[in-house]
Amino acid sequence: MESDQPAPANTRRIAIDPVTRVEGHGKITLLIDDDNHIVEARFHIVEFRGFEKFIQGRPFWEVPFFVQRLCGICPVSHQLAAAKAVDQIVGVNQLTPTATKLRRLLHFGQMLQSHALHFFHLSSPDFLFGFGSDPTKRNIAGVLEQYPEIALKGVKLRKYGQRIIEAITGKRIHGTGTVPGGMNKPFTLPERDALLADIDDILQWSQDAVALNEQIHTAHADHRDFGTLHSHYLSMIGSNGELEFYHGNLRAQSVSGDNLFAPFDYCDYQQIISEEVRSWSYLKFPYFSALGTEHGWYRVGPLARINNCAFISTPLAEAARQRFKAYGHGNLVHDTLAYHWARMIELLHCAESIQSLLHDRDITGTDLLAKKGEYQPQGIGVIEAPRGTLFHHYHVNDEGLVTRANLIVSTTSNNQAMNESVRTVANQYLDGQEITEALLNHLEVAVRAYDPCLSCATHALGKMPLQVTLQRIDGHVVHQLTKNTEGTIQSSPDDH
Amino acid sequence: MTTEHTTKRKLKLATTSLAGCFGCHMSFLDMDERLAGLLKHIEFDRSPFTDIKHCGPCDIGLIEGGVCNAENVYVLREFRAQCRILVAVGACAINGGVPAMRNYFDLQDCLEEVYLRGTNVTHPHIPDDPELPLLLDKVYPVGEIVPIDYFLSGCPPSAEAFLQLLQPLLVGEKPQIAKSRLHYD
Ligand code: SF4
Repeated sequence: MESDQPAPANTRRIAIDPVTRVEGHGKITLLIDDDNHIVEARFHIVEFRGFEKFIQGRPFWEVPFFVQRLCGICPVSHQLAAAKAVDQIVGVNQLTPTATKLRRLLHFGQMLQSHALHFFHLSSPDFLFGFGSDPTKRNIAGVLEQYPEIALKGVKLRKYGQRIIEAITGKRIHGTGTVPGGMNKPFTLPERDALLADIDDILQWSQDAVALNEQIHTAHADHRDFGTLHSHYLSMIGSNGELEFYHGNLRAQSVSGDNLFAPFDYCDYQQIISEEVRSWSYLKFPYFSALGTEHGWYRVGPLARINNCAFISTPLAEAARQRFKAYGHGNLVHDTLAYHWARMIELLHCAESIQSLLHDRDITGTDLLAKKGEYQPQGIGVIEAPRGTLFHHYHVNDEGLVTRANLIVSTTSNNQAMNESVRTVANQYLDGQEITEALLNHLEVAVRAYDPCLSCATHALGKMPLQVTLQRIDGHVVHQLTKNTEGTIQSSPDDH
Repeated sequence: MTTEHTTKRKLKLATTSLAGCFGCHMSFLDMDERLAGLLKHIEFDRSPFTDIKHCGPCDIGLIEGGVCNAENVYVLREFRAQCRILVAVGACAINGGVPAMRNYFDLQDCLEEVYLRGTNVTHPHIPDDPELPLLLDKVYPVGEIVPIDYFLSGCPPSAEAFLQLLQPLLVGEKPQIAKSRLHYD
């Protein structure tokens, strides 16, 4: 709540620190004047990894397994984006049918578990108990207690996605699966049959999840404007304009639903997207270069994808999309809270796609590796991660060592939007009010809609003099760091 | 959830992620339906899964991730002060893990790579707002900052390993984790 940081004259600074029921480290700060009016509202990402630096000098084939450790919720997304870049480096443009389908199955499993986790484990308490409900109950344990049926369906949906990942990569989190130009292990008949045995339940529960979210969103008139933004959208689409997560061109739509550019090859992303650095967040702010920093920001993720696609290739999810479109009278749906509904439509699409892949004969094939082509000095891999478009770009030298890496992580693309939504909700609900925990949770509800993955993001050093001392319990000083006003850091000699 | 059948109070469990990837937390959730059973004996305190922002007095604290900034130090000390039993969970907490790969480079150089020399960067500068916690020169294992009672290896430890750690603690016994459950990848 009340923060220790200095605030400008006649204002108070309030911090929500840490933002909870999201993945990673972030905080929200508010500057409030004497009449409780909001002067400023910001969502800061306070983490810095420096991945782009320390990956330098590593062999390119290691990259997918390092980089997935950026994020324990969507490790498969990072592994696959990096693997696609690595395929390019070894000159492979087309994987074998079995390898392609295994990667797709893996990706659907990942999307299913991540979406289930986000709604049921992290966000559902806000909707089932209310945004301002008792904070000690507002969590998955509370949902298990009060709505065991809903909670257990969520737990089992997530489990099913994790089982797919385990079958293909050997572990539920941070397994191995991809190799340059293919996959490292076939998918066996017993593995397939074990998963097929439960698919009917998964399909039913996914439909229930869509129905629940549709009902929540349409039944609450106030959800419509909650943190809602009129924004541009970016996402991948398939060759016929369909919803696509693994491979395709990128489509950018404007606020009013026109194409901002013709759908483009993701390898050209540098001509389309730039990133702005701001002093108060370790996360950069991407924007369409042609539109500039002020007007060029856009949203990614489930809402962007459902808005951007022309149709969905599986029947149940397509029917759900039609109802979503009807709710928006055929126009783009800009409601921030509709992210949840869109996410569950995708969950259903994953369940249906998993079913058809499990019935596909290729999936248990053993032809896993494509023939390598000519070695390339760089590789770009882009996929739709659960949270949105994910870019991985690596340069390698003649020895196969990485010389440069650029990542645009999904959550980064939503950075501006999350800040805009926090500001909007602060003005809608908190302005002029006595600030309470219940009101503050409204700001977190706005952030959670985006399902941010802040671990994937990065961080920096303040200009004010600062000193940090690491002290053991017994009072012994282990290490001391001092930063002077120029921002230079002095480190006291390490004495251990 | 009712606890009439037992007069024993529930144990309090706090969890946090410092410089980690949340994979250890996700692996904890991989106990799936068994989570409901565990919650008959345990209640969450501060955790990314709850909205409790500060750790109260707890029986068990699970720490994921190493220590990379001033805020991590603060949170870790809060946990040590409040938790009777503190467990370092996963490769990052125990050794620093992948984030500690930055220890081989100069911190300034890492920051410049990302914010000054990054691809298509507008307004290149290093973020420096006082709201951002001061980075440490290196990523430290948690055991170098506070005393730790147990170390649970793995990247991440499996859900079974979490259960084998917690179940004995529930009845006041020392955890014995089967060798087959211990792995380091
Ligand atoms: S030990 Fe592995 S799973 Fe756990 S936080 Fe570190 S990288 Fe993630």
